[in-house]
Amino acid sequence: MKITKKLASIVFAGFLLSSCGGGNAKLDAQEDGTQPADSAKELTGKIRIDGSSTVFPISGGIAELFRGEEPKVKVIVNKSGSGSGFKMFSSREIEVSDASRPIKAKEVKKCKEAGVEYLQLEVAYDGLAVLVNKENTWADSLSSADLKKLWEPAAEGVVKTWADIREGWPTEEIALFGPGTASGTFDYFTEAIVGESGAIRSDYSPSEDDDVLVQGIAGDENAIGFFGLAYYEANKDKLKLVAVNGVKPNMETVKTGTYAPLSRPLFIYVSKQSTVKPEVASFVRFYLKNAGGVAKTVGYVPLPASDYEESLKKFEDFTTSK
Amino acid sequence: MINVATKNRIKDKLFEYWGVISTLIGVVLLVVFMTDIFMEGISRIDATFFTNSPSGLKPETSGIFPALLGTLWILILTASISIPLGVGAGIYLEEYSKKNWVSSLLEINISNLAGVPSIIYGLLGLEVFVRIMGLGKSVVAGALTLSLLVLPIVIVATREAIKSVPNSIKQAAYGLGATKWQTIWTQVLPSSIGGILTGVILALSRAIGETAPLIVVGAAAYIYDAPDGLLSEYTVIPMQIYTWMPDAREAMKVNAAAGIIVLLMITLVMNGFAVYLRNRWQKKVKW
Repeated sequence: MKITKKLASIVFAGFLLSSCGGGNAKLDAQEDGTQPADSAKELTGKIRIDGSSTVFPISGGIAELFRGEEPKVKVIVNKSGSGSGFKMFSSREIEVSDASRPIKAKEVKKCKEAGVEYLQLEVAYDGLAVLVNKENTWADSLSSADLKKLWEPAAEGVVKTWADIREGWPTEEIALFGPGTASGTFDYFTEAIVGESGAIRSDYSPSEDDDVLVQGIAGDENAIGFFGLAYYEANKDKLKLVAVNGVKPNMETVKTGTYAPLSRPLFIYVSKQSTVKPEVASFVRFYLKNAGGVAKTVGYVPLPASDYEESLKKFEDFTTSK
Repeated sequence: MINVATKNRIKDKLFEYWGVISTLIGVVLLVVFMTDIFMEGISRIDATFFTNSPSGLKPETSGIFPALLGTLWILILTASISIPLGVGAGIYLEEYSKKNWVSSLLEINISNLAGVPSIIYGLLGLEVFVRIMGLGKSVVAGALTLSLLVLPIVIVATREAIKSVPNSIKQAAYGLGATKWQTIWTQVLPSSIGGILTGVILALSRAIGETAPLIVVGAAAYIYDAPDGLLSEYTVIPMQIYTWMPDAREAMKVNAAAGIIVLLMITLVMNGFAVYLRNRWQKKVKW
């Protein structure tokens, strides 16, 4: 059931994208909604990708789809972390670098020293939604500090009721729901809110299954929880979305970065040296055309279709410029 | 009053129970773990699991083909590197080297190496094989790293096996005018081969379960193809399991469990083979 929904969303996203681009599309590739690669002749070669484990599912998904287009190009994806990815990128060990943060000044310097000219491309957003029960009339907005007070390890056994967060709120016991420790969403939330990756109070109900979290929060008036923003979109009518620091997450606030700190853009970095190779250039174009659909399938927020178009243009300029 | 005999009998019984409980704890934990994994993963094990490549977009169609082939490559390469080196070193240390401080230093170091955390071998492999020798994140770099990891075990096993060959056999060979080489080749090795092979196989089955050093030397998290040459990128079953584990989707958990079952089966077969060899050679060798 969940899977067909996900597949449908790829097809849909593919359809959206195809309606505005790709005139010379190969027809047989359209069946699964995948945007075809743009070359006429069969490419060969190797594309090595490494970096953020958050971006890994997207790059892995793209690699999988690309294989259907260009079966002779080997795409190898790894996930040793954004920092380690940039290191390999500047030493030309890899063609594409995945990153869940922009490149740092130190890393820019390394690229310059090695003569690696790069281009940063946004591929999706990673966003978290904080949710409460529909019957909850008091919690419309929470600050980062409120969330920290509620979720940090020191809150265990101390912050028990809504009144413990803010005076005047009900003295009812809060039921906490969130993803299990294995998920990237968990790492991100603890990092952005508590300030330390993995640090969280232990008396919350964890589940790796988002459906369980939705049901948990929908079934208890005093519940609060968090999960991927993309998943909230599918369950809008069942839960109440909480504004964080006064801002509610939506396409606009996520895109502009005003919904902070619970949203961040995800990037890939490509270098001039590697995009000279036709298979890499073809892969990057393919990436930008299909990132939206794959991002949705693996639980991230896709960029608006026009942004991918723009990135494509930026990329063409980058490859043709001297 | 309890007399000394009763007291001792009670002590005896207590000691026996302690042994039984110790044994049971290990077995029970293993059974619990295996049942859990089997219940979760067995449903995914069919022909397609072995022939398909992993998929993050359609987890239910994921397979371990590239990882399975990668593990076989690693296994064969590691064996062909570590057996000649390890057995050679073992023979030298046991038969040729003079007993002085250099050889004791070597001995202590080799025993210590056997206890070094495997990730350290990964870091060494990354620097030496991947970077300095320029082998890249290739299957041969992975195999060389794992060979280093198992070498101490192979050396120690070889030495122990050679030690168990009675001195009288060797002396008899020398007495008939055999050279050292002839003695080793025709007498010592044939009678210790069972022990050596047992050690080698156990070491190799440890090697194919290793993840940490291979992560460091660059086994891939996602790769579609099986290795097609020594310098080809690769992944192995434990690495594939490690990639599937953190994925929150249920189908991925099932894949990971199925991967564990396959890995368990491979190690089980290898260990079974080691036991078989030991028994066979024990029967054959008569002194």
